[in-house]
Amino acid sequence: MLRQLRSAAIAVVLFTVLLGLAYPLAITGVAQLLWTHEANGSRIERAGRTVGSTLIAQDFSGVARYFQSRPSASAYESTRTAASNLGPNSQRLSVEIQARMTAFLRRERPFDPGLSAASVPADAVTASGSGVDPDISLADARIQAHRGAAVRHLPLAAVLRLIEARTESSAGGLFGPSYLDVLGLNLALDEGRGR
Amino acid sequence: MTASGWLQIVVLIAALSALTPLLGGYIHHVFSGERVLLARAIGPAERRLTRLLAGEEPAGQDWRSYAVSVLAFSALCWLALFVILRAQGIEPLNPQGFGAPPWNLSFNAASSFISNTGWQFYGGQSTLSDFSQMAGITVHSFLSGAVGLAVAIAITRGFANRTKTHLGNFWVDLVRALLYVLLPLAVAGSLFLVAEGSVQTLATSVQLSTLAAGRQTLALGPVASQKVITLLSSDGGGFYGVNSAMPYEDPTGLANFVEALMVLAIPAALTSTYGRMVGNRRQGWALYGVMALMLLGGAAVAYSAEARPSPAMRVAGVHGQNLEGKEQRFSVADSTLAAVAGTASGDGATNAALDSYTGLGGSIPMANMMTGEVIFGGVGSGLFGMLLMVLLAVFIAGLMVGRTPEYLGKKIEAREIKMVTVGVIAVPLIVLFMSAWAISARYGLRSIFNAGPQGFSETLYAYTSQANNNGSAFAGYVGFVQPHAPGNAGSSGVTFADLAGGSAMLLGRFLPMFVALAVAGSLSGKRTIAAGAGTMRTDTVIFAVLLLATISIVALLTFVPSLMLGPIVQALTGRLF
Repeated sequence: MLRQLRSAAIAVVLFTVLLGLAYPLAITGVAQLLWTHEANGSRIERAGRTVGSTLIAQDFSGVARYFQSRPSASAYESTRTAASNLGPNSQRLSVEIQARMTAFLRRERPFDPGLSAASVPADAVTASGSGVDPDISLADARIQAHRGAAVRHLPLAAVLRLIEARTESSAGGLFGPSYLDVLGLNLALDEGRGR
Repeated sequence: MTASGWLQIVVLIAALSALTPLLGGYIHHVFSGERVLLARAIGPAERRLTRLLAGEEPAGQDWRSYAVSVLAFSALCWLALFVILRAQGIEPLNPQGFGAPPWNLSFNAASSFISNTGWQFYGGQSTLSDFSQMAGITVHSFLSGAVGLAVAIAITRGFANRTKTHLGNFWVDLVRALLYVLLPLAVAGSLFLVAEGSVQTLATSVQLSTLAAGRQTLALGPVASQKVITLLSSDGGGFYGVNSAMPYEDPTGLANFVEALMVLAIPAALTSTYGRMVGNRRQGWALYGVMALMLLGGAAVAYSAEARPSPAMRVAGVHGQNLEGKEQRFSVADSTLAAVAGTASGDGATNAALDSYTGLGGSIPMANMMTGEVIFGGVGSGLFGMLLMVLLAVFIAGLMVGRTPEYLGKKIEAREIKMVTVGVIAVPLIVLFMSAWAISARYGLRSIFNAGPQGFSETLYAYTSQANNNGSAFAGYVGFVQPHAPGNAGSSGVTFADLAGGSAMLLGRFLPMFVALAVAGSLSGKRTIAAGAGTMRTDTVIFAVLLLATISIVALLTFVPSLMLGPIVQALTGRLF
């Protein structure tokens, strides 16, 4: 038993150094060298300043010219990510979804008069799993395009074309639905694309 | 539901089936000491390490001696991790200055990662420093996975041995599992994840002002190197609190698919390794077939359930799929596939909030775990858990035809069957006992987040997941309160939930493991009888069906009443609570 404990102690120390320091540091080195952009958080730089990350949602609420991210249960904070964790039969969840629906319609209907609750996609009124989901569905983006175009005085067709061009999908749709990253879309519009 | 969603499920099973004999053959070569491709690079380090741990001439160990080594090693691992967590405040690589997590949370976390569970009451990025993530969580994800792998190989040797009684040497197996299997796969896998968008840096955070002139912090860290080993070793802990839902952990649909494959790869491959080691590869395929069928069934049910709106959505007048707690870059098929792969295997990494799954959808992850984690299961533990089920099925078949049961030509006698019974019912007993305790005591109810049947489901899920060493969660269940996140100032653990869960993880890990080792020890060296006309073959479709029935009946008899009280009630009603 004592011999086994001695071996165990040596093993814990050696493997902590090998797997806890050497391995992650080596991977960090290679990753920083070969995939600098990804390894540091897929940041978007403008004029030497980091304005966000392609992979982390930002809070655009209250700013009419911007496309809105999906609802977040954690105030879009990547330091304390969270989902709502409300159950499928939760009264509270139902009330929250209703409130999000009302807010969505109040925001978009003035620019898209034909909009009804039935045509609002589920992703626009449900909180994401991470709280920082950077993407929205194509259907959501097409509704918001009316507001985006009107506030920025752009032709709707041009905004819709920009949306089509920025839509991504994994392996032609095999690994997931099509989606757009909201921050990238808003930046593109700010920079005058879609004119 | 879409055609591409169903196609993805089929593609995953196909890829896994193709990978299984390749990786299984490789693992067989590694543990039978044959020269493999990586031997030139790894050989010298392996020999030096082995000599240091096991001496010049590593002696074969019988099951007791092997178990003692496992216990000694795991005990020191637990101690090392507990100390790393409790001393976090004075350790390096901690630029945010996080203090130590409270003692009760540390007990739960140390037990979780030593037992290959990956259950987390805490959110990684707001509670642990980079040092704790690297030298603590990453290391013990490797080590607990390697222990499982080594033990599964030792148990297989016991089943295969015709003359000798020793099962190999633990230290030799441990070093091989780490250097030849887990480490190379982890290196390749983490670079793939980084290329897809996963983060890998020692910088912990970046402050920025957003487009809408708000403040935002990007939480960074050595994510990919940790993520990949928690997937490969069926540990399943996340660098971030929300695990694979976080884009920095699981950035794309393709990454998600590969992550699901990584979770299943080694547990599946071990069926093939097993077939090779016992000298009949069809024995391995029979096990694989049962596992794959159960995985497919679970994925189909969960996918069709989640592709519909939840009652909460219906009442709010929203249609479409149940996207509460799911990410837009993943389809519902991606999400359910990760949930099913994560719970059928012992991994537990998921990319969605399972607490928000529909009643039926949420019952699938639970049912997967309630089989005793034998649908692929954890690295190693899935295989030996399944072997206990095989012996039970052989015994039941023997009773039905009135013959002494035998497996691989060895007689299965009262001694083995008694041990198998203990191994099979130990974990369900822990689950039911802990859940009942937690639901009937005031201090147990404290952890519940949702009202109504979902609160019971959260409790049942918590102890099912922890006792079966899975680690996925209905994450509303609380075991840690952190008022000023990030950092641990003013935080406290929920003592009952932390200790009950921690104990469930340790018992659920080591009880079945030692029982399986004892059974292997008992079978090792047993005389084999040549197969005759009356021998029941165990490598046929008929036996696979019998095995499937045995697993289902045991799980159903044990858990149907408790499932009725939680997820099934919610699946049957449109009522809100």
